[in-house]
Amino acid sequence: MLRLNQIYKVFNEGTPDEKLALGNLELQMTKGEFVTVIGSNGAGKSTLMNMISGKILPDAGEVIIDGENVSAIEEHARAKMIGRVFQDPMLGTAPHMTIEENMAIAYGRTNRRGLGFGVTKKRKELFKECLGTLHLGLENRMTAKVGLLSGGERQALSLLMATFTDPKILLLDEHTAALDPSRAELVTNLTKEIVEKNQLTTLMVTHNMQQAIDLGNSLIMMDKGQIIFEARGAAKQKLTVEKLLNEFQRIKGEKMINDRAVLI
Amino acid sequence: MFSALFNSFESGMIYAIMALGVYLTFRILDFPDMTVEGSFVTGASVAAIMIVNGYSPIVATLCAMVAGFIAGTITGFLHTKGKINPLLAGILMMIALYSINLRIMGASNIPLLSQTTIITNIQDAWAGTGLDNLLNGLLSFVGLGDSLPKTWAILIVMLVVAVVIQAGMSAFLKTEIGLALRATGDNEAMVKSFSAHTGNMKILGLAIGNALVAFSGSLVAQYNGFSDIGMGIGIIVIGLASVIIGEALFGAKTIARATLAVIGGAIIYRIVVTLALRVEFLETGDVKLITALIVVGALVIPKISDKQKEKTRKKRRLKEIQMRHDGTLPKGREEYASVKSDL
Repeated sequence: MLRLNQIYKVFNEGTPDEKLALGNLELQMTKGEFVTVIGSNGAGKSTLMNMISGKILPDAGEVIIDGENVSAIEEHARAKMIGRVFQDPMLGTAPHMTIEENMAIAYGRTNRRGLGFGVTKKRKELFKECLGTLHLGLENRMTAKVGLLSGGERQALSLLMATFTDPKILLLDEHTAALDPSRAELVTNLTKEIVEKNQLTTLMVTHNMQQAIDLGNSLIMMDKGQIIFEARGAAKQKLTVEKLLNEFQRIKGEKMINDRAVLI
Repeated sequence: MFSALFNSFESGMIYAIMALGVYLTFRILDFPDMTVEGSFVTGASVAAIMIVNGYSPIVATLCAMVAGFIAGTITGFLHTKGKINPLLAGILMMIALYSINLRIMGASNIPLLSQTTIITNIQDAWAGTGLDNLLNGLLSFVGLGDSLPKTWAILIVMLVVAVVIQAGMSAFLKTEIGLALRATGDNEAMVKSFSAHTGNMKILGLAIGNALVAFSGSLVAQYNGFSDIGMGIGIIVIGLASVIIGEALFGAKTIARATLAVIGGAIIYRIVVTLALRVEFLETGDVKLITALIVVGALVIPKISDKQKEKTRKKRRLKEIQMRHDGTLPKGREEYASVKSDL
């Protein structure tokens, strides 16, 4: 469903701030696969997300979604295939517009927008039904401005808006990081439910190792713009936080030894 | 007095169309578009030069709208494709339009007094209906018979035009494209992630906004009987004044209400200026100063009154706490106030 081929991206090339964001990165995801991504700050997780969504374009390499090479396609056009939830709950919704208007914008993701009304009677029914699955009572507040909702409610709404039109790829960028523990759990459970129900091909970045282990059927660890560890299927099921930390240290440790060998 | 107010209603209605254009760019798109200072005059000059050269005033007015549409489109391109800051893109376009407007007119002023304009067309058509007598009769009936207006045509027709545009605009802003346009001004990252081309949305909004501004400019030229290179100076502030006064007085809860409020704001702005100019001490040249003061007032007064309300609320709260502490709170009040702590 998604394939990243030899992706290479450098920021600020030719300046002292030059930084290799992604170095010959390879990633393959099958349909319905749910991959969680962990890694320290600056490992290239967000760059990876932005690379898939088209916010940044690769210096070299190919992004292939559902067999189509989208490397040169701009963000807004690529968004027809991609649903996305941001870390900041404020980013995923338009605060001065009502819940139903926000849903109508999300509904328009897959088709060409025209001069028909965005919120019709028929769509209202659909929106109501979808909002009901969140169990937050939002279906009774459809004409409320989204800016009045709490962060957790907004993030749950963002998640629904990104998924109810069946995207080919779902990108979740630390979407529970800005919420308090109970709200984060709520959104995490919703994520699990929605992804399972719709069999969405999902890539989720998180800083929470436990979350990365609990969710999804594959896990990748990134460092310095590369994937340094991958666990899929059965191997992923057996992972624990401790094993993951050991693995991290083993890989990092080996690297240090290598560095020392070069230095001597 | 009455006829002065009557005139301010008339011109308020015409300027309301411009204010709706400013509302679209300034409020909906969140784009401080200075282009309007130029496109207002572009509308006036295109209409004036075409009328003087014998074209039908209706065709001339439509061409004026198209000219404004093009001006807005160019500003949009400068911003989205040229990546120029919104304010600067508008200012550049405004200054460029100054020269273009001079070229269009071939002089800094074109008089239209003896020409057939859309205004005279309306008046002629209206005179046949005999509605003036009816409305004037009504006025005399309520005791305002001593200064009857010459014609009701402009007021009524412009009211209809402004309301039709307002209704069209609020309907448009509820369509799929309209929603994407509003979201572009509200949260660009979000609407991009839902596959809307935000650059095109901005261009579209600026084009429609400036088309309305140019339309209004062409009507103002025909209403006043001349087009002048300087008539656009301060037009953005007048537009903002209308939007802000409207919001402060009539609210902006829904799009329909906000757009109606803009029309109301435009009329009230005209009335305030007319009344202010009747003060002996003030001269015609003071209009811009008065405008600036109105805008400052409309922006600051609601904030001050909010703060004052907050202060009195706090004071009352403190007093209550003090009284409870002293045990001097009246019996009835205390029960009410301490319900929560009793639980």
